[in-house]
Parts: sequence; C-alpha cells; structure tokens
Amino acid sequence: MSIDVLLQQIVNGLVVGSVYALVALGYTMVYGILQLINFAHGEIVMIGALVALVVTKALTAAGIPPVLALLLAILAAMIVCAIVGVSIERIAYRPLRSAPRLAPLITAIGVSIFLQQVAILVFGRNYFTFPEIIPKSPINIGPITVTANEIVILITSVSLMAGLLWLVNKTKIGTAMRATAEDQKVAGLMGIDINKIIAITFAIGSGLGAVAGVMVASNYGQAHYYMGFMLGLKAFTAAVMGGIGNLWGAVAGGLILGLVENVGLIFVRGDYKDIFAFVVLVLVLIFRPQGLIGEKVAERA
Amino acid sequence: MNSLLQNKRNQIIAIVALGIFLLILPFLAGMLGQAWVRILNITLLYVMLALGLNVVVGVAGLLDLGYVAFYAVGAYVWALLASQHFDLHYPWWVLLPLGAFLAALAGLMLGAPVLKLRGDYLAIVTLGFGEIIRILMNNLDKVSLPGGDTVYNITNGPRGITGIDGLNFFGFKLSKGIEIFGLPVSGLQLYYFVFLAFACFSVWMVYNLQHSRLGRAWQALREDEIAAKAMGINVRNVKLAAFAFGALTGGLAGGLFAAMQGFVSPESFGLLESVMILAMVVLGGMGHIPGVILGAVLLSAMPEVIRYAADENVQQKVFGFVVVAPEVLRNLIFSLAMILIMLYKPAGLWPSPERKAELEGDRV
Repeated sequence: MSIDVLLQQIVNGLVVGSVYALVALGYTMVYGILQLINFAHGEIVMIGALVALVVTKALTAAGIPPVLALLLAILAAMIVCAIVGVSIERIAYRPLRSAPRLAPLITAIGVSIFLQQVAILVFGRNYFTFPEIIPKSPINIGPITVTANEIVILITSVSLMAGLLWLVNKTKIGTAMRATAEDQKVAGLMGIDINKIIAITFAIGSGLGAVAGVMVASNYGQAHYYMGFMLGLKAFTAAVMGGIGNLWGAVAGGLILGLVENVGLIFVRGDYKDIFAFVVLVLVLIFRPQGLIGEKVAERA
Repeated sequence: MNSLLQNKRNQIIAIVALGIFLLILPFLAGMLGQAWVRILNITLLYVMLALGLNVVVGVAGLLDLGYVAFYAVGAYVWALLASQHFDLHYPWWVLLPLGAFLAALAGLMLGAPVLKLRGDYLAIVTLGFGEIIRILMNNLDKVSLPGGDTVYNITNGPRGITGIDGLNFFGFKLSKGIEIFGLPVSGLQLYYFVFLAFACFSVWMVYNLQHSRLGRAWQALREDEIAAKAMGINVRNVKLAAFAFGALTGGLAGGLFAAMQGFVSPESFGLLESVMILAMVVLGGMGHIPGVILGAVLLSAMPEVIRYAADENVQQKVFGFVVVAPEVLRNLIFSLAMILIMLYKPAGLWPSPERKAELEGDRV
C-alpha cells in the first residue's frame, strides 16, 4: 500500500463523511430535543434531491444559466423539505409527545414508508441522472485527485456546519433550543414557545438534509426514491457513534464513518464496506457506551 | 360465585370456538385459492416472530431493531443442511432444534457486548448486527482462506438457495398433500397445521416464561434497571436470557419458513422486516400476548388483503382507469394505518390491563 492511495482515500472519506455529518446533524438535533429517532429524515434527504433535480432541469430548460439554476433549485428543495419536516412533526410526532416512548418511533416508520410511496407517485420509480453542473473533471493536487464538485461539497458542508454551530451556540434561538433540549417544562416556564422551537429545529434539520441530498445526488450523478434509506441509516449510525444529541458528536461521527469506510476499502473488498461501518460502531459503543463525545447521561433513579 | 362459574364457562366456549375456527380456516381460505393459504401460513410465522420479539422488547424492555437476523439464522441453517446446495439432507428433528439453538447462540453473541448499552444505543447496535448478518449472507459465496486459492461458496450470495427440502415426516412429504375421507388437504394446508402447532407452542412458552421467576425479573428490568439490581436480580444473566429466548423463537420460525418456501435469499431478511416485526409488537400492545398476536395478524394479513382489494381490475371498475399501482396504494394505506393507529391508540390496539391503567393514570 502506498501512501498516495491512503491520502486519496482520506480525501474521498472526508467528502463522503461531510455529507454523512450534515444528515447526522438532522438526526441529532431532533433527538436532542425530543429523544426521538426521526426515521423519516432519510426520506427528507431523498425528497430534497429529487425536488432539486426537477427544478434544475426545468430552469435550465427555460434558459437560466446552470449554476444559478442549481442554486435556485437547492433553495426550493430546502423550502420544500422544511415544510415537509415541520408538517411531519405537527401531524405525526406532536400528538405523541407524552405517549410511550416507542409509539412515535412507529409513526416515524410509518411516515418514512408513506413518503417513499408519495415519492414514487410524484417522481416515479426511475433512477434519474443528476445533471453535471459543477464539473467533475479531475484536478491533480500533488498525488491526490479531486473534482471541483467534491471541493464544493466539502466547502459547503463545512460552512453549513459552522453556521449551525454558531446559530445554536451564539444566537437567541439557539439558546432557546438548548434550553428546550435540557428541560422542556422549565424552558416553557421561562417563556420559551416550545412548539415554535421544535418546529424551527425540524425546519433547520430538514433544510440541511435537503442540501445533503443534492450533494449526494450530484456526487454519484443520480437520484431515486430509495436513496434516503441507506444514507439515513449510515447518518444515524454516525450520530449515535459520536454521541447522539451532541452536535459536535454528529460532525465527528460522520467524518469518522466516511474515513473508516473509505480507508477500509484499501484492506477489505468493497462488498464488506457496510460491515466495516457497523463493526466500528459496535466497537466504539462497547468501549464508550455514551458515544465518542456524548455526555454520560445520569441514570434514571 | 355463580357469575364466576358463568365466566369460566364462557371462556371455555370462546376458546373452543376459536379452536374450531382456526382448524377450518385453511379450508375456507383454500376455497378462495391456495395463495390465501400461503398468506395464512406466513401470518402464523409472523405470530411466532412477534411473540419472540415481544420477549425482548415488550417484556424485558430492550429495543431490538435487528431481530430478523435470528430468523435468517434459522432459515439458513435449514437451507444449507437440507438442500442440493451441499447435498445434505438432514431430517427436521435435527434441523429445527439446531436452527433454534444456533439462533439463541447468535442472540447471546449479540447480547454479550451490548449489555451496558441502553435505549437507542442498543437499538442502533442491534440494527447494525442485523445488517452485518445480511451482508454476510450476501457475500459468503466467494470465501477464500488467506493464502489459499480455492473459493468456497457457502451461501450462494444474493441468488439465494433453491431446491430446499420441505418438511418430511418419516418418509411422508408434507408438500404432496393428503386425502382424508375423500376430503383433499393440500400441502400448504398441511403446513398450516404444523405452523399452527408451533405457534401454539410459542404462545405456551412465552406465556409461561412471562409468568415465571425469570419473566418477573424481565419486567422489573423493564420498569427500572437500578431498582431491579438492588433487589438482587442478576441483570447480566437476565438480559442475556431475554436475548436468547427471543432469538430461539425467531430461529424456529426461520427453519419453518425455509421448509415451506423451498427458497431463501438475503432479500427476505432486510431491516424493513425487523421494523415490521417491531411494529407488530408495538401496534398490538407491547408485553401483552393477545395484543401482540393481533398486531402480527393485522400487519401481515392487511397488506395482502389490500393488494387484492386495490387490484387493477377493481380500480378499473370503480374509476374507469387505474389510478395508482396496487403495490403503491397498498403501501400508502398500510403506512397511513400505522400512523393513525399509533396516534389514536399510543399504547397499542390491545394493551395489557395493567399497562392501560398505568398510562391513563399518567394523564390525570
């Protein structure tokens, strides 16, 4: 194994990992506030990719320059996903806030299947090719090969993550979000509109998911109604590995998962790539049951 | 006293009626077509799976999202040791116990490293375990030892294993069917009775487990792990026992599945399958055996019934054209039903009386 191969796989891993991290943030934000695995988040990512695809095609056909069309399409996807995310919370999760813990998990699974079927009705079962707007011609930096597309993905996701961390840690809304996550009842007593904050959380998480969906679709050049499933699974794994409920944990988990998968490819055959991710997850959780960065939650008395 | 006797008598009448109904059910279904008998058989397997998972999730309160792995272990044990693939043909009384035992062993293997984990961390690790088993089944068709050149084909990969032996009672092949007093009983109907017997056995086993010392320990664990520990319950052993017993039922159902289908492939053992079984347990009423059975029957039969009801021909007659593909419509109705039932019955359709009281007490 040469060091060049290793470096190349590290770069690939960072690109994939940053997408995982974006999706993982959506899971971890919702979990932090509601202690709910939002099973439908993967489907939101899928919807984002498909909406962006349709809008891009329509706008470029109307003669709008491709890059502008892509930006508008991403904006549209973010808005659609935010609306879908907030509606899901309103309809399927809010009535069950005081219900037994597994009830909202089952509705989440129901919503996930429902969204997939709606996607089949609206977009069909086809695999769509995502137009290549940001060129994928290889650029050589020393021994490593990257594409402009990959560079854009990395920069976008890093800036989005930085933006989110700033929002959560430095703004008033962020303070309200953290307070709600800490203790909903007390936060409500302090004059925070809990329902509004939870809706905002879903909107932000879904918006990030939409961008991640576009990134995946442009990176692999295709989008289809089933793409959200495996991606969602991996991202959720990443969120848990980092310590669910913790934003830095989601970022770290996503990057580590991307790196492990791609560097692992040097040693094992591609068929076993997915096993590698789960084996690492199990190992991490055996030695750190609360995740890499997760705080040790006080045990219920 | 009189009314108590009356109650007892009513109960016996109800049980006898249910028994007679279950015995003639395959013949009623047979009149509609053998496909319906197959649906009945699959439903019985799901009842067994849901009962097994109920031990882990409902009684002991350990969230398991990879339960289908044990089903897969049972099915593959049967498929590998009773088919043309290795040209091995062991009888059922070796394979079913072996499958159940190996599945229970897999349950222990999964249980041991995750003892410290709780709630959703446990869920994701079990999910990962399920995926690992599925990926292994997909890829163990080209195994080569380090340094060796021979490639071994163990599971035949995504193509799956075909030509699996069916159930065979001392030379009598069940799939051939039989004629009793001029009444033809098809192979699938015979399988129904075997499956029914195993399902009843599972109910009996789970019921007794739940009301045993071990079952009470599981419930204590579910309610409060720390308090259970303080009461002198060996949390480690009790948790491992839950995983093992749950897995055992799954392995048994897996063997029966392989025997009836004659074909297994990794596709039958995806995450969605685990999720479905979990949904059966939660939708029916966690920890309550009649509720869990109801959930299993509803979720496994409903999609099939909708599939027939939403047939293209029916749509053609009602609307004059095919509005949506039946498959899509089926899943749409199915997912909506899941959401609605949970919204209106968060404790499940048929929760145990204690749990119901507990939940309603909470709201006051």
